[in-house]
Amino acid sequence: MPKISTASLPDIVFILLCFFMVSTTMRETTLIVKFKLPEATEVQKLEKKALVSFIYVGQPVKSTFGTESRIQLNDQFATIGDIQAFIATEREARDEVDRKFLTTSIKADRDTRMGVITDIKQELRKAGAFKINYSSRKISRTK
Amino acid sequence: MGKKKELPEINASSMADIAFLLLIFFLVTVTMDVDTGITRKLPPPIEDDSKVDFNQRNIFEVLVNSANQLLVEGKEGNLATLKEDTKHFFLNPANEINLPEKKLENIDLMGEVFVSKGVVSLKNDRGTSYEMYIKVQNELTRAFQEMRDELSVEKFGVKYNDLTDPQKQEAVQAVIPIAISEAEPEDIGGTK
Repeated sequence: MPKISTASLPDIVFILLCFFMVSTTMRETTLIVKFKLPEATEVQKLEKKALVSFIYVGQPVKSTFGTESRIQLNDQFATIGDIQAFIATEREARDEVDRKFLTTSIKADRDTRMGVITDIKQELRKAGAFKINYSSRKISRTK
Repeated sequence: MGKKKELPEINASSMADIAFLLLIFFLVTVTMDVDTGITRKLPPPIEDDSKVDFNQRNIFEVLVNSANQLLVEGKEGNLATLKEDTKHFFLNPANEINLPEKKLENIDLMGEVFVSKGVVSLKNDRGTSYEMYIKVQNELTRAFQEMRDELSVEKFGVKYNDLTDPQKQEAVQAVIPIAISEAEPEDIGGTK
């Protein structure tokens, strides 16, 4: 029996590797709050991930931090007062041309009270980040 | 033993191509968790108290209290009928006096059309749950989406999302803007 040439095997492996590298999105921030997103039917896709900054709201993962809804910016807990500075740094990190396309995505737990969200919205208005996105999971319409 | 029959070697040079096709197939089909959500534009902060005076008939008031109950135009509302109510209000088909005014405007590609001056004002309490708020936002968005679809089908024969010409999209947007105002925060009773 002649040997089957395995010369292309490295290529295949390499391609697989490429596939995984491309398709897995690295989670840049480790979540320290947990949230279950609300559901909606009329959702739009968030285009241009690079131009989105995220604000997470939910219960802390570790129960030692209590069960109160907390805000997470980047990797740590934050308070309402930190949002303007956060938006400023996010804006600073982008190209000048892209800045006006910056969207803020609010990923909040479905059981959050609106008080927190309203406060965040007010801060975003003051910071001039008017484009927001209420992150929600897409469900199909039941008619 | 020297009569070993020489089998032709399998040509594996196309293997790479096959693998490449597979790769492309996966790349195209697999969508890794796409972020979706309801997009809104916040109004700029109010500098002084230069309140924009809207005519009362042009405002469709939706209140959500801390017990997640709806108050629509002063009456108890229902999530199931909110969409139809919103559409009825905004379009004002019978030209009722207590529903919003309409202005005849000349819009590219459409000609003379009536543009409603209606605005949905959504107010919530600090105690409203986020889930309920999103549900209400969703119904309102749906109302506007359906109105856009209906208009688009009437004028161009396809649904709004299927319009490929950006000019046509703009025309529909001009007639039916997403007029949802997330009002200034205020407490609507029932706060603990």
